[in-house]
Amino acid sequence: MTYPENYKYTKEHEWVLVEGNTGTVGITDHAQQELGDIVYVDLPKVGATFDKGKSFGSVESVKAVSDIYSPVAGEVVAINDLLTQHPEKLNEDPHGAAWLIKLKLPSGGDLTELLSAEDYQKYIGE
Amino acid sequence: MRYLPKSDSERQEMLAVLGLSSEEALVSYLSAAVRFDGKLDLENGKSEYEIVDYFKARAARNANGYASFLGAGVYNHYRPVLCDVVVSRGEFLTSYTPYQAEISQGTLTTIFEFQTMVCQLTGMDVANASMYDGSSAVPEGAMMAARVTRRDKILVARSVHPEYREVLTTYLKHGGLPVSEVGYSPNGLLDLDDLTKRLDDSVAALIVQTPNFFGLLEQIDELAHIVHSKGALLVVAFTEAVALGLIEPPREADIVVGELQSFATPPSYGGPYAGIIASKDKFVRQLPGRLVGETTDSEGRRAFCLTLATREQHIRREKATSNICTNQALIALMATVYMTVYGKEGMRELAQQNLSKAHYLASKLPRKFDAPFFNEFVATTNGKSAGEINRELLEHNIVGGLPLDRHYPELSGCVLLCATEMSKRADMDRIAAVWDGK
Amino acid sequence: MIKKVSPHIVQNEPLIFERSSPGKRGYQLPELDVPNVDAEAALGRQNVRGEIEDFPEISEVEAIRHFTRLSTWNYAIDLGLYPLGSCTMKYNPRVNELVARIDGLAWAHPYQPEHLSQGCMEVIAALENALAVITGMDAVTLQPAAGAHGEFTGLLMIRALQEHRGNPRKKILVPDSAHGTNPATASMVGYAVENIESNDRGMVDMDRLSRHVTEDVAGLMITNPNTVGVFEQDIKRITGLLHEKGALVYMDGANMNALVGVARPSDFGIDVMHLNLHKTFSTPHGGGGPGSGAVAVRDILKPFLPGPRLKRENDRWTWDYDLPQSIGRVRSFYGNFGVLVRALAYIMAHGGDGLRRATLDALLNANYIRKKLEAHYEIAYQSPTMHECVFSDDRQARKGVRTGDIAKRLIDYGFHPYTVSFPLIVRGALMIEPTETESKRELDLFADAMISIAQEVEDNPELVLQAPHSTRTSRVDEVTAARKPILRWKSSVRSAQAAD
Repeated sequence: MTYPENYKYTKEHEWVLVEGNTGTVGITDHAQQELGDIVYVDLPKVGATFDKGKSFGSVESVKAVSDIYSPVAGEVVAINDLLTQHPEKLNEDPHGAAWLIKLKLPSGGDLTELLSAEDYQKYIGE
Repeated sequence: MRYLPKSDSERQEMLAVLGLSSEEALVSYLSAAVRFDGKLDLENGKSEYEIVDYFKARAARNANGYASFLGAGVYNHYRPVLCDVVVSRGEFLTSYTPYQAEISQGTLTTIFEFQTMVCQLTGMDVANASMYDGSSAVPEGAMMAARVTRRDKILVARSVHPEYREVLTTYLKHGGLPVSEVGYSPNGLLDLDDLTKRLDDSVAALIVQTPNFFGLLEQIDELAHIVHSKGALLVVAFTEAVALGLIEPPREADIVVGELQSFATPPSYGGPYAGIIASKDKFVRQLPGRLVGETTDSEGRRAFCLTLATREQHIRREKATSNICTNQALIALMATVYMTVYGKEGMRELAQQNLSKAHYLASKLPRKFDAPFFNEFVATTNGKSAGEINRELLEHNIVGGLPLDRHYPELSGCVLLCATEMSKRADMDRIAAVWDGK
Repeated sequence: MIKKVSPHIVQNEPLIFERSSPGKRGYQLPELDVPNVDAEAALGRQNVRGEIEDFPEISEVEAIRHFTRLSTWNYAIDLGLYPLGSCTMKYNPRVNELVARIDGLAWAHPYQPEHLSQGCMEVIAALENALAVITGMDAVTLQPAAGAHGEFTGLLMIRALQEHRGNPRKKILVPDSAHGTNPATASMVGYAVENIESNDRGMVDMDRLSRHVTEDVAGLMITNPNTVGVFEQDIKRITGLLHEKGALVYMDGANMNALVGVARPSDFGIDVMHLNLHKTFSTPHGGGGPGSGAVAVRDILKPFLPGPRLKRENDRWTWDYDLPQSIGRVRSFYGNFGVLVRALAYIMAHGGDGLRRATLDALLNANYIRKKLEAHYEIAYQSPTMHECVFSDDRQARKGVRTGDIAKRLIDYGFHPYTVSFPLIVRGALMIEPTETESKRELDLFADAMISIAQEVEDNPELVLQAPHSTRTSRVDEVTAARKPILRWKSSVRSAQAAD
């Protein structure tokens, strides 16, 4: 699977796509591989706010749970309902249809410390 | 020692493989500061006969052959002989937690049946594989309600079993969940005015017991309506599971917690028992403890396994829904066999008999509260004290009811009595006679 | 392949609800000797339920066949070795079952008059004393229902003492090798958890530990021997360090089977600990419980023990409720009395010498297994083994086979698997605790099976990856079970055809 060039990545294996004042957040292909078959995704309520680096939810496989950390600060304006019924989509299409949340970013958002696609792939050793 | 299956020559063979001269070498590397080289101050090992004799002698110093009218959370019900026969099978008695599904389908299947029967009895959608007991299931229900509502205040009825309320206090002391008590009205049921006063938007749940500690049936539907209107949850507790054979289950509750001791577990001076926690479907991921689910194996055949384990301590660690590890599988199995033996008709007939026996006794004694009751009720004393009555009854080999003064000072002079299908008419007549001063 | 036992007799047995049919009954109640009461009149119509929908309706003979057949699908100690680490799956003596059922003990009501309960109280007192002797501690409570419950009790007492001294403090330290109940419990008592990394010998690292021990630390939870079966050699220094900073040390006693008669936790500075009566003291696991989590404490913690406590007064036992500093009750009544009876019977059967003998046999068995397997599996740590040994699946992983797969293949040899993937500090852990109640023959069969599997991994890894092959049920789909949980039977829902 490719790592889209226009996404930014974190060392905790999240990605964010910034479009104007909106950030779409998800987990990377590497992360879903490490987790194995995903059975449940726990997402926050619309309206909740998170600082950069704070946990906003978790992803579960049969034998493990992983917290997901927000790559940027913002307010949740949408969550991906598809994942409630079909958590397995997160294994199939983590960079596309299985996004997790959309955030409203405060004026542009702080994208420092986030990795480019190239740097992230180097980081995970691919 | 008869439980150690090695001869001395075998020990020598094994030590030779290890290149050691004696078993002491297995511990001699421990420093003298931590090693215990003395002799444990315990009597020498006893033969099987001596052990049986010892416990028989202890048993003889207890009440034997008395008719008991104690209830108060622990009930005397007949135990069908099949219950012990089934749990005594080595495959059930000496098996481990069913983490390896392929070789534990016996345990997993019976737990699945147990979970189903608990749902059928309580009117809930999902139930776990049992808790330690009813008293510890109550705080688990409270904590669950707090997690679900994200609120922190807990209301508990004073008519919930006093020891259950004590356990609730201990558990919640450091959980950031303040507990507040709701009183009861002159009729013995939860005081709706007091409830309305205490109910606000910070309340996560009201915990009420039915039949309550006084044996009375609380009005669950009405309580649910009041509590839900403020966005709080209703947690209903029970201590007498037999009641569910006849009494409408608390279908409007969000969480049900309770004690299954009545189902084939002997009173056993306080334990082991088996608690349950059950809830509506939408709360399933907040349930503590083990859950067995149905699935298929690689050939597509039906099989059972432990599931939703990510709620539990071995995965979540400090973020677990609870720290509970063990469930009470063997006790739950006894209950499953009990429920199977009595079945649909039997559970009802059994409850019916309990109702009739207790109402017979109650008809002959002065009652404190006049709300409907199942197999327990509170009687008042007049002239003779509760202590005197009970002392007299002992002379007739009858253990009388529980004097309430210790747990409910405001009910000093009252006694909580219970009659079950095992209670005999002659004994109940005797109680009535002693009460009247004859 | 030499199979130890033939497992899992195949029986065609559905759920009890699928066996039921209307009108069948398995019970008979005696006739009432009092008038029958009309339920609706007595309780009010709205309080009387309709029938219990879909509840079983079955005869006695079908009931017994149902449960008997189901039982044959289980593995059990009565069938053979459970090499599960830290579970101490030892023989469950049958005399214990008999004595627990003696009428005067089994039918004792917790509220019956004290003068008619002296026998029960004597049993509790005798067991409290025996466990105090074994641990070297000053007082014991038998109220907690299980190990985790005991941990909860112990931490509540630590907190109570710290509060009594003026400052509850903020943190509990937990080694990263600890059982999951440890940090879960610390959270329940309102403490933050700080993890301590183990060193390369699998033990608590003194340097790292000393950096973590501050005046904010209320206590340390430690397991000794730890979850890799190794005695914490620095334990006295560890407890000394904690005490210096005003903190206490809680010991998780799950591995006590390595210490009984050989070392006493009080001697190495433990302040409070729990014992798992269903592990070290042989009470049956019964498919997952009941247990009992006795807690032993030093004098300084005695005032905080849960109440009531047994007291001797006028030549009799009585329950003392006057305990102003007690943490309160952790459960109703006095504890899992039926389990206490079994544990006391176990201790009586052994006596002091017998208990020590049992411990040495447990150590011998574990070391023997380690020696036999070391050439084939990667031992996790070189440190001396006590009652359990831990390997990693590193060698087998090179062939794409992990610890979980090896465990499943072991089933085909007639054994229950060892503990898989725990502790988390070992990559792909295989944790093996034979206990003392295994014969040399059983241990040899187990070792031979493991060695055979190691060879299969080299020659034919698929065989191991697809295991087990000989069970009634093959590997179950845990993923679907978690994605779409079905947690009860419903008459309206058709489930998959059961295994034949």
